[in-house]
Order: sequence, then C-alpha cells, then structure tokens
Amino acid sequence: MSEIPLPQTAKRIMPWWLLRHETMLAVILLVALIVLGSLNSRFLTIDNLLNQGRLTTEVGLIALPMTFIIITGGIDLSVGSIVGLCAILLGYSWKSFGFPLPLAICFSLLVGAAAGFLNGIVITRVKVPPLIMTIATLALYRGLAEGISQARSVRGYPEWFYFVGQENLFGVPAQLWLLLIALVVSAIVLDRTTFGRTLYAMGNNETAARFSGLPVDRAKLIIYTLSGLMAGLSACVLVSRVTTTRSDMGIGYELDVIAAVVLGGTSIFGGVGTIWGTLVGLAMIQLLKNGLALTGVKGDATIVVIGAVLILSTLVASSLQRRRDGVFWSV
Amino acid sequence: MTTVTLTGTEADPRRWLKAFASQEALLAIAVIGLAIAVGLYNPRFLAARNLSDVLLGNAYIAVAAVGMSMVIISGNIDISVGALIGVLATISGTLAVNGAPAVVAWSAALVAGVLVMALQGVIIAYLRIPAIVVTLGMLSILKGGLISVTGGKWITDLPDDFHLADVEIFGTLPFPVFLMILATILAALWMRYSASGRAIYAVGGNAEAARLCGISQPRTIVMVFALHGLFAGAAALLYATQLRVIQSTVPPNLELTIITASVVGGVSILGGVGTVVGSTLAAVLIAEIASALVFIDVSPYWIRAVQGVLILVTVIADILRRRRMAGA
Repeated sequence: MSEIPLPQTAKRIMPWWLLRHETMLAVILLVALIVLGSLNSRFLTIDNLLNQGRLTTEVGLIALPMTFIIITGGIDLSVGSIVGLCAILLGYSWKSFGFPLPLAICFSLLVGAAAGFLNGIVITRVKVPPLIMTIATLALYRGLAEGISQARSVRGYPEWFYFVGQENLFGVPAQLWLLLIALVVSAIVLDRTTFGRTLYAMGNNETAARFSGLPVDRAKLIIYTLSGLMAGLSACVLVSRVTTTRSDMGIGYELDVIAAVVLGGTSIFGGVGTIWGTLVGLAMIQLLKNGLALTGVKGDATIVVIGAVLILSTLVASSLQRRRDGVFWSV
Repeated sequence: MTTVTLTGTEADPRRWLKAFASQEALLAIAVIGLAIAVGLYNPRFLAARNLSDVLLGNAYIAVAAVGMSMVIISGNIDISVGALIGVLATISGTLAVNGAPAVVAWSAALVAGVLVMALQGVIIAYLRIPAIVVTLGMLSILKGGLISVTGGKWITDLPDDFHLADVEIFGTLPFPVFLMILATILAALWMRYSASGRAIYAVGGNAEAARLCGISQPRTIVMVFALHGLFAGAAALLYATQLRVIQSTVPPNLELTIITASVVGGVSILGGVGTVVGSTLAAVLIAEIASALVFIDVSPYWIRAVQGVLILVTVIADILRRRRMAGA
C-alpha cells in the first residue's frame, strides 16, 4: 500500500517527502494509540475499537468519494445535507407513500445520487465553482429535508432493517464490511484505473488534462454523483444504527469528512492524495474523539480539536506542496 | 474557463453601471413587489408592527452581510461568521453581566471580532491556506469552544444600559436599522471611491493584475478580514441586545443566511464584482420572504429551501450574464 500515486516523473524527483508524510501519519496514529491506551484501559480493547469502526462508517463512506473530489481540486460541502435529505426521504417514502422498505431504501439512494448529479451537472455545464454550488445545495437539500419532514421524525422500522446498523457479521460490525468493500474498490479505482489517473491529472492541471483529451467533465459528473450516492448509503446506515429519522441528521458531516481526507494527506489544492491516507485520517479522527471522550473531555471540546487539526494539517501539507512546486519548476 | 475580469477601469463604464443598477433595482422591486403581493393576500402582513419587526430582527444579518460581501468580492469565503457572532455576543453579554460598563462590553465584541478575523486573514493571505479550510476549521473551534465554555447556559439579567438595540436615533429611528443603513452607506462609499476600497475589487477580479499595479494582495485580504470582523462584532451586538437573553449557542446556519444575502445581493462568487447596497437589500428581501411564508400559510420550515433556490438561481444567472458579456 505504499504506492505513491503520482506521475512517473514526479515519483523519481521526490519520493522522500510523500513517503515521509504517510509514514509520519502512521507513526502519529501509533503513538496516539499507545498514549490513549495507557491513559485508559478501556481504550485499546477489541470491543472498543470495533465499536469505533461502527461509528466511523457513516463518515467513512462519504470520505471515499470526497477523496476523489478533493484530488481533482474540487470540494463537496453538501454531503451532510444530502445525508439529512436521504434519511428523511427513506422514512417519509416508507411511512407516508407506503413504499415497501427495500424500495424506500433504493429510492433514498436514488435521491442521493440525483442530488449529487445536480451538483455535478451545474458544476460542469454552467461552470459554477464547486465550493459555491455545494454551499447553495447545502442550504437547498437541508431545506428540503426540513420542509418535507416538517421537523417530524419517523420511527418503528421493521427489525431486519437494524441488522446493518447494529448487528455483527463474522464477528465484525455489519456496516464495517460495507466500508471495507467500498474502501478496496475505491483504492483500486483510484490507483489502478485510467479513471483514477484522470482524477490526478485534473487536480494537477485541469487545462492540460482537457487538452490531453481526458474526459474531464464526465469524470467530474461521475465523482459528484458518486458522492451523493454514498451520502445516501451513509444515511441508510445511520438510520439503521440510530433507529430514527430526523431532518437534522448529518449536520456537520462535511467537517468530519473533509478533516479526515485532508488529515490523510490529500492536498486541498488537488493532484495529491490516496485512499490509504484517508483511511488513516478517518482512524485518527475517530480515535481522537473516542480517546478524548474516554479521558473525560466533553464532546463539544473534541470538535475544537478537529477544527485545529484540520487547519494545522493543511498548513503542513501546503508547505510541503510549495516545496514540491519548487522542485517541479527547477526541472 | 474564460475568466473575464471587469474591474471598473477595464470595462465600459456604462455597461458596468447598468449591470449594477439592474441587480439592485431588481432587488428593490422584489422587496416592494413582494410586500404588495403578500399584502393583497393577507393585509396583516403590511401592519407597521410586522414590517418593523422584520427589519429590526434582521438588521444584524444585513450588517454582517456587508463584511461578508467584502470577503467574497476579494475572492474569498467565510463560513465561520455565524459561530463568531455567537461567541462575540456571549463575550459581550458576559462582561456586561459581570458589571463592566456597557461601552467596554460593546468594544470587547468589536475588538475580539477584528482579532479573530484578522488572524484568519493572515493564515489565508500569508500562509496561503484556502479560506474554506481555515474558516471551516475556525467554525468548529468557535462552535465547540462556545458550547464547552458556557455549557449551553443562557445569559440573563443583562443591565438595561447594555441594550444597544433599544436605543432610538433622533427619537424615532431604531438603532439596528440606523446602523444597517449607516454601515451600508459608509461601506459602499468607501469601496467605490477610496483607493483601499477599490483594491478589494482589484484583488478579487484579477490578483495578478492587482499585483502589477502595486497592490499588496495579502495586505488587502488581511484588511478585508479585519473589517469583516468589525462588522461581525457590530452584528453580534445587535444580535445580543435585541432580546433580554443571550442564548449561548451558535444560531444554526446563520453563516448560510449571511452568505445568501451577499450572493443574492449581486456579489459575484467569482470575485471582483458586487456592492454592499445589493447585499443589504437582499438581506431585507430574505427576511421579508421568511416572514411572508407565515402570512401566506406556508410552513416556515421551507425557508432554508427557499434560500437555497435563491442562491442557486442568482449564481447561475450571474455566471450566464458574465458569459454573455464576455461574448459581446
């Protein structure tokens, strides 16, 4: 997994810092594990770690397509709102339209994909910057969730629906399998396919990618749609875990997701990043939350830490990026 | 992507004026037209009491949108302002309750606002971290910090002289409305006629050209953020003093409402274009829509969806208009 997904030329010029960046992350993670483990005996137990995996799945599913998007130099701030909208539509279509639950799940996934597709189509056709487009739909999708639900919650789903969110499969939380499959597929797609390489090309130099005949707009459309679809999936897993549907679900997810991706070494400037890094970023954020909570820090204080970590990790990444640019220019 | 930069001097002045006039005239017509339409459906909407409540309760959004407009015109974004307003209101209220003179409590909010925003400006301008990352991180720091420090307790028993929003200028004009108009006019004049004001447009419109003209981009951005902090401080004072209590939580999605006001007001999201007159009119329009929903028997839960549609439509219209102007 220590593959460095960069063009061959770049690889030869500066493998050292990228290697160091990922090693550094892994080392920090290890140190954090040991320190938190020694502070609290409940922390480093299999049960606790698996449970943390369960809790991180919803954010993790969205972080994978977000890695794709940030690698291309884009961003998607609407994911939290899509989670809310899909959760509401899952409950609403089941309770009020009388859809059978499997159909309601498909419907909510479809709505998620459509929401992401709308982002993608406006970004590629009208050329609205992704930041602004997804701020607009951040308001729009949350507004739809609130308007449709009228702040009423839906409960009382059939028992089988809670399997994904609450049960174990082969001794591991069921939703972790979902995350694992998505993780492997994303890593292969990003690292081993033309599509994945296109994303890096777009992030490094979109104009050059266009002139090289790469399907830039189609790739963008795919990744934003995928982001919406995964947000929909995340909504279903979330509803299955917490057994209720509310319109405020997923508020602030965009912060956790972006923090995990950026912390994992994906450059917010585009062109650099790995799924492997995002996995480490996810683990670090979840373990930080859990570790702080176990040592008696309240939940609200942990988001202070996440915010600070987000800014600091970008600072480190950008100084590395600038150094990398320096190397590039001198070639 | 074709980037057309219309920074005053380059563009045909008449077309430049026309583009502005249309956006602002459009908003003014929308504000009046909506009032008449809703008034015909339900005359109670036009009651003086309701109209002044709409203005009074939302003046702070217009004041904050003045600063936000400057930030967006300079080519940046700030999503931490909602959380900052909550923090500043709490700082000011805590000081007032603990016996600090009102003037000290008020200035503390303004100074703290300037400091926090200037710090973000420095990180964005000198360390070259995108505004979205810095302000997203700051949003989380401020929000988490506020809730964990106050424990969510409300501030009550505020001294009477603290209530800035109750002051009436010339005996009739409520202070929030006065401040909204004053801030808008001063900022509009400054941005239109002073060199440092024009620099904001230059930096947002074409950073490279601005640099060649001898405008320091980082310094301009730090200045813009510091001013944005000042307006956020003023907005926080209005927010803190309009009720008898200060809820020590961040008003949910306040930053979205403020950004909506700026964008719908004609501030171009690509930077370099827009006026604060537009953003103030848009803030009034948004408040009016929220109030109108109640009077035409639509659930207020739809307000955010309406905001989203408004941003989307304005942004798309802005981009299409730019493209047409580039083609012409």
